[in-house]
Order: sequence, then C-alpha cells, then structure tokens
Amino acid sequence: MTEPMGFFTDTTVCIGCKACEVACKEWNQLPASAGGAPTLSGDSYDNTRRLDGLHWRHVRFVEQFSPDRRDGRWLLMSDVCKHCVQAGCLEVCPTGAIIRTEFDTVVIQSDTCNGCRDCIAACPFGVIGMNPVSGTAQKCTLCYDRLQAGLEPACSKACPTDSIVFGTIAELRQKAQARVGKLHAQGERRAYLYGADDRMLGGLNSFFLLVDKPEVYGLPPSPRLPTRNLMPSSLLSAAGALVLGLMGVINFRMRGANAEAREKELADERRA
Amino acid sequence: MSAVPDTFFTVAPHWRWLIICYFFVGGIAGGCYMLALLADVFGDPGDRRLAHTGYYIAFAAIVLSGLLLTVDLGRPLRFWHMLVQSHTGWPMFKPWSPMSVGSWALLLFGAVSFLSFLAALEEAGQLRWRGLSLLRPPGTFGYIVGVVGGLLGFFVAGYTGVLLSATNRPIWADTWLLGLTFLVSAASISAALLVLVSYVTGWFSAGVYALKRFDAWALILELLVLAALVASLGAVARIWLSVWGAVLLAMVIIGIVAPLALHWRVVSAGRLTAPIAAVLVLIGGFLLRVVIVLSSEGVKPV
Repeated sequence: MTEPMGFFTDTTVCIGCKACEVACKEWNQLPASAGGAPTLSGDSYDNTRRLDGLHWRHVRFVEQFSPDRRDGRWLLMSDVCKHCVQAGCLEVCPTGAIIRTEFDTVVIQSDTCNGCRDCIAACPFGVIGMNPVSGTAQKCTLCYDRLQAGLEPACSKACPTDSIVFGTIAELRQKAQARVGKLHAQGERRAYLYGADDRMLGGLNSFFLLVDKPEVYGLPPSPRLPTRNLMPSSLLSAAGALVLGLMGVINFRMRGANAEAREKELADERRA
Repeated sequence: MSAVPDTFFTVAPHWRWLIICYFFVGGIAGGCYMLALLADVFGDPGDRRLAHTGYYIAFAAIVLSGLLLTVDLGRPLRFWHMLVQSHTGWPMFKPWSPMSVGSWALLLFGAVSFLSFLAALEEAGQLRWRGLSLLRPPGTFGYIVGVVGGLLGFFVAGYTGVLLSATNRPIWADTWLLGLTFLVSAASISAALLVLVSYVTGWFSAGVYALKRFDAWALILELLVLAALVASLGAVARIWLSVWGAVLLAMVIIGIVAPLALHWRVVSAGRLTAPIAAVLVLIGGFLLRVVIVLSSEGVKPV
C-alpha cells in the first residue's frame, strides 16, 4: 500500500467558481443531468444543490444574510466523498462492490454494484446516489484511475485558489494545522478542522477547514457508523423471537381452551 | 441548530413500494413457517393440515420476496452478486452486514421451506413420493429441517428491521426496536392470514383457535413494542407529527385495537367476526411498514 492520500479542502479560499465540479464531470464523463434540461434552484447560485450519483463534487453556497440584507457573508465549500477510514458504505455493502484502495480511499466498483442502495442509506454524509445511466450507486472515486497513473485528481488539479489540496494525509494534516494557526493569528478565531483527526470515523481522508458549525455546511456534527445499532437491535429481536416462540408453544398446548373456543363459536353461530 | 440529529444529514435510498411489499410478504413467509412448525410439533394431530397451509404460504411468499427484491435492484440481473463475489467466484458473505446475511438467509430459507412445502404436498396427497414425509416432524430428520427452517423463518421475519437500523437514516437508525417491531408484526399478520385461510376454506382444527389467541397476544405485544418504539425515538418522533403519525394512529386502531375488540367480542360481526379481525390485522401490518419506510424516506437532508 502506498501512503494514504486525500483532500484538504480549505473553505476560506473557495470562490465558488465550480471548476472542480466541471473538471470532475469532464474526467469521469458524468452527464449534466439525468435526462431533460437541467433545472435551476431558483433561490441560489447553487444549482447543483447536492452530491449524488451524477454529481461527485458539489460547491455548496451557504448564504448568511441579516433580515435587512445590510450585512451578510457567503460560505462556500466544495463538498465531496469523505473517504472515511471507517466507512459506513463499505461496511454494509453486500456485494463487495465497495473497496478500500491502496491509497486508503473508498471506491465503488461499478461492474460489481447491483444497485441495492444500502450504501446510500448507510453513508452518514449523504454522499452516495444512484447513477441512472449505470443503474448503480456512485460517488467520488478520488480519481482512482488518475492516482494509479501518478496524476492528481481532476478537481484539485482544476481548483484555481488551491481550496482543494491533494496529497498524503500526513502532509495535508500538517498544512491544515498551519493554515488554522495562520487564520487564528489573523483574527479568524472561528477556523477549525472537520474530520482531520482519528476521532471522526477513524479520520476523514477528505477533511475540511470550516469557519462555522458543521451543520451550517450540511455536515453532521458527529457522524457514526451504521453498525452501531447492529448488536442491540439483533439481541432485542432474538429476545422477541424467544417470547413469540414461547407464546406459540403455550397457545398450541392449551388444547382444552382451544376446544372450548371452538364449541363457543359453534354455539354462537347456532344462536345467530 | 445543534439539536438536529446526525441522521438528518443523510439521503434516502429510495426504498419504496417494492421494499414495503417485501417487508410484508417476507414477514408472512417467516411467520407462517414458524407457526406451521409450532402446529406440527406442539399442536394436535388434527393440526397437520393447518401446518400444510403454513408451509404452502411460506414457500410461495419467500419466492415472491426474492422476486420483489430482485426487481427493486438498480441492476436486477446482478442479484447473484449478493451471494457470489463477481470477481473471484468465492461466496460473498459479510456477517456484519444485515443485507448480506439476509440474502443468504433468504436463499437458505427458500431451500428449507421448499423441502417443507414438498413434505406438505406429499401428506396432502398431491405428490406421490413417500420419502418426502421424512422432511417434516415427527422424525429426526424432519425435526432438523423444522428447527433450521424455524430459526431461519424468525430471522427472515425480523432482520429487515435490523437492516433498517443498520443505516444512518432518520427513525430507522434512531432506535433499536425496528427488528423486534417487524418480528412481532410478522407473527401477528401470519397468524391472522392462517386464521383467515381457515375461515375462507371453512376448515377448522383446534390449532386455528390457538392461532386466534396467539394473534391477540401478539397484538398486545405489538402495541407495547410500538409504544416503546415511539418513546425510544425521543425528539426524532416529531417526524410523525404529520400525515405519517395519522397513518400510524390509523394502523393502531385498524390493525390492533379493532381486531382485539373483535377477538374479545366487545363488538361482533357474527360469523364474520374472526375473518374481519384477520383482514384488519393484515391491513395494519402493511400500514405499519408503509409508515416506517416512507416517513423516513420523506426526510430531506438538512
């Protein structure tokens, strides 16, 4: 295995140009829409709106304005698959289509996926969607094909402000810490890193520098693995199975009462 | 804002009517097998025919379940990727993925319920191969088939709820009680269906009355589990302050309270009392799955 690779996305320098979205679509040959003319959101410059099977990069426009619109700011974030070290999608995938690559990234093999959509429900970030062309679940591959050829991913290559930086995780974490330190020194005390350490799902190989709460960017404050519920859920069901089994045995064994019930019903019918 | 639960940042997998129907039909498959086995092992000799009905329904329902699940896939012809690694040809099995374990359980349960189905056909005089009677209790091999099938039946009836909980979606992943809820509901709808078939065909044995009482007990248990389910959701239960809450309430009234009232003869519809109660239980079981699946499906990400 080579060194773990990933993205560091510094949202403070994103200008919302969407070059990453375009580069991603170009390289991965993703259609603009699932057929028909693309629709506009109507209330934002963000017409992509969210990540799904056809949009593997999404520049989120968070528009924070005062009611009288005298004061305000745009928070821009190029969102992408987080390539979690402990990945919920990979955990539940029943076909083995989702794999961890030699770059420590998470990739859905489209020739194996059968479109069961369990990964879509399992992803704590809502990253995965169905690609209607392939009939399979798809998401960012961190340009696995380019990485294998020694190239950097299309989005980070295209990013004009280096808001998206590609590199080894160790190197990216250092850069990100330095950037947070610099921003703090400049007075932007709100800057912090989201997913840059092992505490969040073992570490996100695509992590972010944010200046507001995660939920403002549509990110869960404390994402968790889907299998957290597996053991308690299973044990409660097993206990239920035991109770139901006992109930069944008792009821079939109450032969006197069963015969009596039959008699009573026949008597009722005769009376009716 | 921080009060928004983490499950509200995820997207819906678009599991809709085919999956709802599967949850219903799969519950009937597992539940009917389990009840047929109980009738075979613990019932009167007169209950053998009741058990036949259970095995017939279980096998038909599990075949239908497989079809529903296959058609729901984005690539139906790749359904076998759930069982065989398409790149290596080795078995595909992940014990920690409910869908993976469930796929194997469906396959094995399909096979075992087919054996029981054949044995029931033989005893009913539809097939003439005496060796088939070995596949059903009494008899050691029959017990082995029955116990394996019964355990798989319980699994098939309940794992769907556990599968929903092993996601990150609202409601589904916010409780540990969905597996139990689906299991208890599967027991109640299966008992109701067997009682209904018995009244429609006009054939009765003591076991039918055992099933009626069992169904009443299962409905009471279901009511308790549903109350615990709502309580376990905490603030997330606010999703049900909507049309879904109304449907859930309707489900409780139609599918639990009314059948119990009919069972205890608080109200009566003459000789139609038991069949009407059974139909209501079946409608309630379907509505329960509709609410649980669609109320979560409808939650858009933050």
